[in-house]
Amino acid sequence: MTMKPNSNTRMDLEAIRAKQEAFGANRLWRGLEELAETPEHRAFLEHEFPHDPAQESDGVPRRDVLKWMAASAALAGLSGCTKMPDQKIVPYVRAPEEIIPGKPLFYATSFVQQGVATGILVESHMGRPTKIEGNPLHPGSLGATDIFAQASILDLYDPDRSQSVIHEGRISSWTAFLSQVADLRTNFLATKGAGLRILTETITSPSLGAQIQALLKEFPLAQWHQWEPCSRANVLEGALMAFGQRMNTVYRIDKADVILSLDSDFLYSGPGAMRYARDFAARRNAEGAPSKMNRLYVVEQGVTTTGAMADHRLAMRFADIGTFASALAAELQVPQAKGFEGRKSMQHKWISALAGDLLKNRGKCVLLVGESQPPAVHAIAHEINSALGSVGNTLIYTDPLEAVPDIDEGLMRLTSDMDAGHVQALFIFGANPAYSAPDFLDFSRKILKIPFRAHLGLYEDETAELCHWHIPAAHVLESWGDARAYDGTLSFIQPLIAPIYDGKTSRGILAAFQGQSDKTDYDLVRDYWKKQRSEIDFDEFWQTSLHDGVVVGTAYEPRTVKPGATLCSFDCGDAGAGEGLVSIPPEKIEIVYRPDPTIGDGRSANNGWLQEAPKPITKLTWDNSAQLSPATAQSLGVKNGEVIEIAFHQRAIEAPVWIVPGHANNSVTLHLGYGRRRAGRLGTGVGFNAYQIQTWSRLRMEFDPEIRKTGKTYPLAATQHHNIIETGNGMPVGQVDMESQNAFARDLVRIGTLDEFKKNPKFAQEMAEPTPPKELSLYPGFEYNGYAWGMAIDLNKCVGCGACVVACQAENNIPVVGKEEVIRGREMHWLRVDTYFRGDIDRPETYFEPVPCMQCENAPCEGVCPVGATVHSPEGLNEMVYNRCVGTRYCSNNCPYKVRRFNFGLFSDYTTDSMKALRNPNVTVRSRGVMEKCTYCVQRIQAAKIETEKQDRSVRDGEIVTACEAVCPAQAIVFGNINDKNSRVAKLKAGPRDYTLLAELNTRPRTSYQARLRNPNPEMPSFGKV
Amino acid sequence: MAQVFHRSTNTIARLSIYGAAFIIALLGWAVYELSASPYVTEVNVAKDQPIPFSHKHHVGELGLDCRYCHTAVENSSAAGMPPTQTCMTCHSQIWVNSPMLEPVRASYRDDKSIEWIRVNAVPDFVYFNHSIHVNKGIGCVTCHGPVGDMPLTWRANTLQMGWCLDCHRAPEKYVRPRDQVFNIRYQAPENQEELGKKLVKEYKIQSLTNCSTCHR
Amino acid sequence: MESAQNPPVIEPGHTYASVTDKISSIVLRRHTPRGWYFGFAIAFALLMLLNYAVAYLLIAGTRIWGINIPIGWGFAIVNFVWWIGIGHAGTLISAILLLLRQKWRTSINRFAEAMTLFAVSCAGLFPLLHMGRPWLFYWMAPYPNTMYLWPQFRSPLVWDVFAVSTYATVSLMFWFVGLIPDLATLRDKARKRWAKVFYGIFAMGWRGSAVHWHRYETASLLLAGLATPLVVSVHTVVSFDFAVAIVPGWHTTIFPPYFVAGAIYSGFAMVMTLAIPIRKFYGLEDFITMRHLENMAKVMLATGLIVAYGYMMETFGAFYSGNKYDHFMMLNRFGGPYAPFYWLLISCNIAIPQLLWIKRVRTNVAKLFVISLIVNVGMWLERFIIVVTSLHRDFLPSAWGMYIPTRWDWATFAGTVGLFLTLLFLFIRFLPIISISEMRVLVDETTEEKKTN
Repeated sequence: MTMKPNSNTRMDLEAIRAKQEAFGANRLWRGLEELAETPEHRAFLEHEFPHDPAQESDGVPRRDVLKWMAASAALAGLSGCTKMPDQKIVPYVRAPEEIIPGKPLFYATSFVQQGVATGILVESHMGRPTKIEGNPLHPGSLGATDIFAQASILDLYDPDRSQSVIHEGRISSWTAFLSQVADLRTNFLATKGAGLRILTETITSPSLGAQIQALLKEFPLAQWHQWEPCSRANVLEGALMAFGQRMNTVYRIDKADVILSLDSDFLYSGPGAMRYARDFAARRNAEGAPSKMNRLYVVEQGVTTTGAMADHRLAMRFADIGTFASALAAELQVPQAKGFEGRKSMQHKWISALAGDLLKNRGKCVLLVGESQPPAVHAIAHEINSALGSVGNTLIYTDPLEAVPDIDEGLMRLTSDMDAGHVQALFIFGANPAYSAPDFLDFSRKILKIPFRAHLGLYEDETAELCHWHIPAAHVLESWGDARAYDGTLSFIQPLIAPIYDGKTSRGILAAFQGQSDKTDYDLVRDYWKKQRSEIDFDEFWQTSLHDGVVVGTAYEPRTVKPGATLCSFDCGDAGAGEGLVSIPPEKIEIVYRPDPTIGDGRSANNGWLQEAPKPITKLTWDNSAQLSPATAQSLGVKNGEVIEIAFHQRAIEAPVWIVPGHANNSVTLHLGYGRRRAGRLGTGVGFNAYQIQTWSRLRMEFDPEIRKTGKTYPLAATQHHNIIETGNGMPVGQVDMESQNAFARDLVRIGTLDEFKKNPKFAQEMAEPTPPKELSLYPGFEYNGYAWGMAIDLNKCVGCGACVVACQAENNIPVVGKEEVIRGREMHWLRVDTYFRGDIDRPETYFEPVPCMQCENAPCEGVCPVGATVHSPEGLNEMVYNRCVGTRYCSNNCPYKVRRFNFGLFSDYTTDSMKALRNPNVTVRSRGVMEKCTYCVQRIQAAKIETEKQDRSVRDGEIVTACEAVCPAQAIVFGNINDKNSRVAKLKAGPRDYTLLAELNTRPRTSYQARLRNPNPEMPSFGKV
Repeated sequence: MAQVFHRSTNTIARLSIYGAAFIIALLGWAVYELSASPYVTEVNVAKDQPIPFSHKHHVGELGLDCRYCHTAVENSSAAGMPPTQTCMTCHSQIWVNSPMLEPVRASYRDDKSIEWIRVNAVPDFVYFNHSIHVNKGIGCVTCHGPVGDMPLTWRANTLQMGWCLDCHRAPEKYVRPRDQVFNIRYQAPENQEELGKKLVKEYKIQSLTNCSTCHR
Repeated sequence: MESAQNPPVIEPGHTYASVTDKISSIVLRRHTPRGWYFGFAIAFALLMLLNYAVAYLLIAGTRIWGINIPIGWGFAIVNFVWWIGIGHAGTLISAILLLLRQKWRTSINRFAEAMTLFAVSCAGLFPLLHMGRPWLFYWMAPYPNTMYLWPQFRSPLVWDVFAVSTYATVSLMFWFVGLIPDLATLRDKARKRWAKVFYGIFAMGWRGSAVHWHRYETASLLLAGLATPLVVSVHTVVSFDFAVAIVPGWHTTIFPPYFVAGAIYSGFAMVMTLAIPIRKFYGLEDFITMRHLENMAKVMLATGLIVAYGYMMETFGAFYSGNKYDHFMMLNRFGGPYAPFYWLLISCNIAIPQLLWIKRVRTNVAKLFVISLIVNVGMWLERFIIVVTSLHRDFLPSAWGMYIPTRWDWATFAGTVGLFLTLLFLFIRFLPIISISEMRVLVDETTEEKKTN
């Protein structure tokens, strides 16, 4: 009945060890997709056949025993006499008054990523946080979350989190650490803190910033460094270049009619991404009212979700984008752009058309530049934006969010001081430089010169290994704090649960060092704000702030800036490395480093949900890869999964190739964050570490590496396949892969331009065969008198971020199956985001299509189940009854959408205790041998129905929100009762763009799609070409 | 030459043929009976508890209301088990020295939960919600039996799926006026049939028999 | 009666005694031939492999197989259909040919029936094993339960349960009834006490009285009547597993007839594959004569042509229907990843068997043996193509996948072959592989003929 907070959770290694063993076993499975498509593969297969992964993959003794037990128990059931074992009921001794057993509570707090906060609401069952939702009050999320926020709750329960204070490799105690800190304090008080260093990640928290400053005041010679491997330093430096001061830019995408993104994935990553996605999607309203549909131009090197949403996309090497920007500046006759005329020749048609459109929309357009672009490009963008009158309209400048904005040089200074022996004691809070610091700094060696090294982190990671002390850190859901949102809004962090592994915080350690170890984090944060808000009734402020999780109206005021420098200086070489514009010969190949789309800079490497979340576009899981364009792949003569060696000034890495249609030619993207040595059971040894060859964290591009074929192949696990692209041979010229061709031949994704839509709003519905009439069926149709649940997915809004996939996994206790099973096509995600390419494989249009269960009214799955384990509900759901399923898989075979997922083995983790606490108590944890699928979050439906029944009313529109709908930043998914003609979903389904997949099969899906519209510019050279 | 078998073999052979048929039928029946027997269903099997708590005494004789202890029953899926606190509200005044109640006091003293043995249990894949049943006019005793007469609590019904369906298919046979839900002495009136039909209409009771009503 | 050009169904010069001795001696001889032990050893080893594979399957679950989403059915169902198909020859020979008074059936019907029985028991394993939770198989049967639930009678899988179980029962009855007189013969001829008892029990007190014979005749006729519709019904129902589904390549009305034809086709191929070595090994050329082999070859040729027609119509339908999914499915079979298997199937089932038009081939034991083997392979491939290629690329390209059998798939398949052979070897050793009583009748008739000519 009550879950005791599980302190001292024991870890159970077998499960994941098995997965790791399996990683070694995938060799054979590589290339099965292409069986018989290349002879060498067939040869390879026959040759490899003797060693079969099924064999290697099953060294799972402990779990086998469990399965035996399961099997025998069930066999006992055969005799009909299954006797339930005695269960215990363990009530509270003293019941906390707010908790009602069986009812979840929601608390507002904040999720912090690279220092920037997004508001979240955390669902808590009897004190166990189980699910994270967005906080509608928070400007940064408006109720949505990204995959990182969703998955962070898995980190909370991760059995691999460090669980005890470690001193020189031995388990020690917090008190022991405190006493040593006390000694240090006395010593440093004598020396004014000379040689005392603190290394943190980006910090926007006012209270923590103040605390550190206070410490620096007490120890004047101490120094505070910051380290962020994928920092936003370039953005701030760009502002410094343009305005002479570091500034934060907040975009007002909702106000922009024309948007130009220069290598910026603003819909997916970076501060405010969720807000921008929301604002962007809101302006994709085809119907025009209240405002006209926006137009997005994207010039980028890799293929991002933003690029996929573009109305006009130009693939371009990273290095050329600066040139492009300056050429555009010249075209727009930006005053400072003298000296750029020479550049005009580049992509001239494109630029002139673009410039025309921008000028036409003066004040209603905006230009965004990617974080990784060098400062000069940002500076140019600032000039262009001000020249186009965007400032104050579609973007505002504010003070930097960071407590200390100059975050980039920190580590460099620190390491040199370490080397010089100036550092006596180093406190590392969260950062993991031993893994992510550039190789040439030689951090891992120099740090050893420090006499006292302490590390605070969630994991005993690469850096912890090098420190005398390792202190387990408290998870964000376990700690008190505050942070700023993308626009400066103040957000509060409050704990949902007492630290499971007795984790500490940087606040606590600093307090200890300041001789106030008696102060709790709560005191520290509260006292700070008490001082700040002395003028108002503090208790009320405090209560409401904690309740809301955010202090509304604390966004930074817009600051007026005046552009200073002349652009010419940026590319005249006087700027430092990575500062200015570079121009490299077109035939040279460039290497571009980017944080991984799902595991970021590497801190999420041990998170199974994120590892298994298909990366946008590539649909890869569990690995990073060297991504390049089909043309480049052909010129290098490599195929998917072939391993290439990339060498740079005496440093080399080996990376498997993945071909991405639409990627810039002569350019290779390497994703950072993989190749961890000490990440945990899931993350260790997965993928390759691109940091190893990166020269300096702010240098996101380097060119002219030595690229060599190794002749090896490496199995990559993708959840969606585009065979012809993958095999590389017979690459179609001027067209895309067979899968995509068929997808469009079958009208799965329906696309039109805004003009086409205006001419004929029903174009999408007339595209394909209609649904046959009801009378055709011999069986009497179902009557839906009460509710009739349905879902509408607007392809015009969906940005393909995949947050819905992870949210679904979190809500429905969906297991992580591991790389090997993914390769065999056994991933368990109930919801997938299909990706198709259209047009020319070198510059294709990319389209997303989220596919949950269609909840067909004539469901093919229902008729064929021999035991009636999947049946139709009076409200039109295809119910999946796990406990009735015997696992014939007939339903899946007969499902035209292949949305059903089968537990081929015991995929759910029954052995790790901490994972049990994570589970959603309202969803059955599926065992081996049963089918499962999207249920429209039936547990939420039932809960709402019960509540409304008690209140003797019917469910209101929007009262039931499915997990995928709740999380969607673009609000592309709408769920509701289609019998209620005024519901949002009913209106959408009545709309002209509404269509269903494979309607001609007469499945009558309840999930329907709104056709995708593009808003191309007639002036564009590519106009009308597909 | 000598016969291999004795004459009687013929009869035996014939008998065995018919016998087989009966034996098989018998086995089937036995299994079914077993799966419905108290041994499996634990119906009417009183379970020993760490404290011999008597509903008979507290509810039947002292007339405590169910909700005094099971506080969540009207608004949550779980009825709620009383915290030791609840016991102590009275037993800090009365029977303060009774050895029988020592575990309760101990629990309260050293803040350790009393571990009761569950009597009424459904499998984990069944999602039963007390509040909706109570709100729709299903009395406690309809499922839990004459709790007021139970010195030690036992399971009054099989709680097997078939049993649930009996009511879900024909709720009118079991519903009672809302104000009688917690009345453990309530007797269904002669005209339960028509009263039931009336209440079903009045309380908008649906006959929910689709799977996701209970299985999610 | 018999026309001159046809070779006889039993070589001349045989008397009741000689027939009885010859056949029963195979069973009652003192020393089991070394060859038998050898063969049995191999078969038994394979059977043990089956146990191993199944045990591990129960531990680890279906993840040890190659199946996945979208290909939810792999080897298990392929093998199920294949084995069931093989069974059909037995029933056809014993039931339909009996009703048609085809005398030549007599010497092959006994082990054809046995083969049916063993094939069905192999087939029966797979539907159970392929389930995610095999221990709940009984949920597919209608029985009163505390959940108030019934199986779903709309599902072809439930029809299968009935079809296959009926089939198994009737085949068993048929085979056993046919055995009774011979068991009696063995009982009487056996020297050892235990043998007398063993055969005696199963002979059920047969004394060969006129009454016995009369009942025996009626019984076998009745059973033949019962079994006849089964020849058609069983594989029709099996074909519904596919035809009822909407998967392109499954959803076609032609399946029932061509499944049945295919079943008989593969069945006869299997009888041939077994008959040829056995008659050689036990020197039964006199009883299983060229006449038998040639007739079977003819049946194969005929059914093979029906199957070929089935393929043609399937292809034609796919293109004629104008259904883009069927259309793609066919192209994918012709040129997709599994195309090599498809073309192999065509050559095994259609091209090569055409040789049977030539009498020289029909009357050449070696050639017949090879062809029959090829057909067995071909029919297995047919099921593989139907199950796998249809599933691996159906409606949504995003959900396309590939199926590669694992060693466990192979082990289970080989294992059932082991089970089949083990049972067969035991049968050969302990029961008369040719119906003695019926052969006696034949002897009688043939001698009659001699007199008349």
